[in-house]
Amino acid sequence: MVTDSQTLTFEPMHPRHTILAVVALALAAGCHKPPVALGPAPMSGAADSLNPARADSIARANAARQAELARAQAEQDSLRAVRDREQREAAQNADAMKVLAATIYYDFDRADLTEAARSLLLAKVPVLQAKPNIRIRITGHTDDRGASEYNLALGLRRAAEAKAFLVNNGIDASRLTITSMGAEQPAVQGDNEEAWSRNRRSEFEPISGGANQ
Amino acid sequence: MQLKQISIAAIASAMLVLAPVTAYSQNTTVPQGVRLGLNYTLGTKPGVLVLPLDSIGGDSVRAILQRDIDYDDRATIVTLDDSTVRGMIPKTGDAYNYPLFAKLGVVAILRPERSLTGINITMYDVAAKKRVQIGGFPLLDKVNSPAWRLSVHRASDEVERWIFGTSGAAATRVLYSGGDKQIWVIDSDGENATKLTSVTLAMSPAWNPDGTRFVFCGFTPDGSQIAGYSFVTGDLHWLSGTARGLNITPAYAPDGRTIAYASGREGGTDILVMQEGDASPSRRITVGKGSDNTSPSFSPDGRQIAFMSGRAGHPEVYTMDADGTNPSLLTEFTYGEQAYRASPDWAPDGRRIAYESRIDGSFQIMTIDMRDRSTKQYTSDGQNEDPSWAPDSRHMVFSSTRTGPRQLWVLDAESGRMRQLTHAPGARLAAWSPILKP
Repeated sequence: MVTDSQTLTFEPMHPRHTILAVVALALAAGCHKPPVALGPAPMSGAADSLNPARADSIARANAARQAELARAQAEQDSLRAVRDREQREAAQNADAMKVLAATIYYDFDRADLTEAARSLLLAKVPVLQAKPNIRIRITGHTDDRGASEYNLALGLRRAAEAKAFLVNNGIDASRLTITSMGAEQPAVQGDNEEAWSRNRRSEFEPISGGANQ
Repeated sequence: MQLKQISIAAIASAMLVLAPVTAYSQNTTVPQGVRLGLNYTLGTKPGVLVLPLDSIGGDSVRAILQRDIDYDDRATIVTLDDSTVRGMIPKTGDAYNYPLFAKLGVVAILRPERSLTGINITMYDVAAKKRVQIGGFPLLDKVNSPAWRLSVHRASDEVERWIFGTSGAAATRVLYSGGDKQIWVIDSDGENATKLTSVTLAMSPAWNPDGTRFVFCGFTPDGSQIAGYSFVTGDLHWLSGTARGLNITPAYAPDGRTIAYASGREGGTDILVMQEGDASPSRRITVGKGSDNTSPSFSPDGRQIAFMSGRAGHPEVYTMDADGTNPSLLTEFTYGEQAYRASPDWAPDGRRIAYESRIDGSFQIMTIDMRDRSTKQYTSDGQNEDPSWAPDSRHMVFSSTRTGPRQLWVLDAESGRMRQLTHAPGARLAAWSPILKP
């Protein structure tokens, strides 16, 4: 404690005391895990003026510090790699899911598959094989021409044709369920061939196992 | 109201002169210089005059009676202006100026009067110059409530029976799928449109034979199920006997317990039957072998079912026995023609089946006679689909785009006259009720 009558004076430290302080610092540096962002390194010139033991201690402290820096860097690199891989996989998964969800289209009053529909279905096969846990609901739709009740049956036949194609190409039937909405959920409103052709379709929706599997 | 109108102006002007002169004695002499100007042709439809009723709701009673008789399409409502017609009512007794009524084309006079429980209606035969019928009709609930209006419709139907020997079909309602894809009900005269369901998607309602319940197809994420609704309890429930998958187009058999419906799987859509209230699995009665078989409709005796099937490569109407045996093509098969005939509905009298047929790219309402297989086309404007017979086997309700958005219309199969039933767009898949009891 400093009182009003005392005067603060600076006295050079005894060499023995100086060595102890450096060792203490070095020990402290060795025991404490520095944050990734570190302060400036000790001046090497200062160590030159110290005795060998002290220099060794400083060197060890520097080496430890460098090792920690390297370790932190490696940790960062590893995290970045994991993140990159995850992003790459997510993008690949999104692409796969896009392939899986691709809608196929039909001719008027027909349930048989067009060449374009077959191509889109074939592209789904490797995705389904690579993701064995995924299950898909296939929903058949029709345009709004014709009897709406009969259109429900037609939509189901369309979904069934798509399922049969996938099963014939090696996909387990139990992974595929079918249903129909007939003309009840048009993708496009309109009373013309452009709208009708986009409504005559089967849609594919993952109902389980759709996330990164 | 669409009526075969008498020239009111001519009649009114004639009556202004006639009234003080004749004073409704039996004098039919027409003063010189006055001519009764009837500029319409009654044809074979008798004229009916409904007299005013002075009481609370009296105007509504008269309007409903007039409209029901008009919509029945068997009589012509004679309309006169109010003061004229009031002047023609005798102060006491039945001393009507019958010859004058006869000159106006009136065959029957209907006089409604207030009673303790509702109304009494007296019918006068103008040709016989006497009262021929009187009946009392209780009116339920408050004036213009649905129950009250139905009570008046029942009176209309009974009056039709007095005149023609067979009841009208005014005391009925029509179920349909609305533009919001829910089930609605509307009175046969277009009043009281009421939404009944709130499910994901509902369609294809079908009445039970006594009009107390209906079944319909309701959608779930995994397909569709047959659901039932009770008008008595307001209860809505899924029928436990329904198969899994796509289940559509239910129809009651005349026994009120058997329900036929179409059920779709990978191998096609077939017709199944189940017993309402019985959880036993449904029984398949068609073997479509990959084709689609839908829209069953029982014959009135319950022994046969009309249905549509794509088994010949395109949709056609077939009949079969109720157990699924003896399926046969009903409509004429033309080789090389990709016909599209669908949505059969068997008339309550068993004589005809109504269906829709694609003609020159548009769907039109047709009937086929069950005796000689002769067909008749009723519509030609727009898309006309989903016919359903009224209990009188004379009128049909169907959906049509003739004026733009799809609406329900009523067709008189005898005269071809049509009237619009609904006015909110998107109405379709109608089912006409049986005569509804109190």
